[in-house]
Amino acid sequence: MTILFLITAVVILASALMVVTSRNLVHAALWLISALFGVAVLYALLNAGFMAVVQVVIYIGAIAILFIFAVMLTRREMRDRGPGLNPNWWISALISLLTFGGLALLLSSWSGFWQTAPSIPSGFDQVAALGDALISPDAFVLPFEVASVLLVAALIGAVYIAFNPHTKDISRSEDFPRAEDFPRPGGFPRSRVTRK
Amino acid sequence: MVPLSWFLILSAALFSIGLFGVLSRRNAIAILLGIELMLNAVNINLVAFWRYLDPVRITGQVFAIIVFAVAAAEVAVGLALVISVYRNRKTVVADELDMMKW
Repeated sequence: MTILFLITAVVILASALMVVTSRNLVHAALWLISALFGVAVLYALLNAGFMAVVQVVIYIGAIAILFIFAVMLTRREMRDRGPGLNPNWWISALISLLTFGGLALLLSSWSGFWQTAPSIPSGFDQVAALGDALISPDAFVLPFEVASVLLVAALIGAVYIAFNPHTKDISRSEDFPRAEDFPRPGGFPRSRVTRK
Repeated sequence: MVPLSWFLILSAALFSIGLFGVLSRRNAIAILLGIELMLNAVNINLVAFWRYLDPVRITGQVFAIIVFAVAAAEVAVGLALVISVYRNRKTVVADELDMMKW
């Protein structure tokens, strides 16, 4: 258990560092998948099996794939001109370290910091309890419905923004790379593309 | 079983890494990747508090599921905005998107 936790923690933190530092965004998205999988392992370690499954299905199956699609749809800019980090990145690093230090300080002053887990009572079916809690009127039915309305509204808004017919489709414009620009499989396009 | 503090420290570290990504990357999609890391750190905290403080009532898991839904909504809208901006401006670098400045 301890060994597994330590391995998972190292995997998560290393993958997260690669996500924020890797220059190639496809690699960053793949490292994100690795980090998300580590988080799913943590959920399994915490006896939250349903959360682990939901993490794999929603985060890895949907969100990470959506990221890879978005990276590929904006691909031409992904061959980075210029650095991946902005010139003030050391200020961001300082702020992040201060945040981590502040959180650690705050948490270590809390009395419950070192407590260990109580045992789950035998015969307690947490998936059934979760389902009950999500639809029972004296528990969480209202937040659940609000979350579904939010999701529907956000997805309709996303479709409207992404497929607005008034925006110009650059794949039909002159400087978009065509198939004959690629001389061999995997090659880079010849410089018909004129950059401004 | 490991104490609660290990989960909290791991999640604080993951949150800080995500914060660094949000503040320092130039590409808008990379900024969204950092936000995903931060949301995951929060979810680790929620599930760990559920397991260590109150495993019989299921509140922490319900909260984490609502965070999942909000994360899905956020990433859908964010990526749609990025694609729309890319169509109009042909760039997704955050410092070049300054049409709302001044």
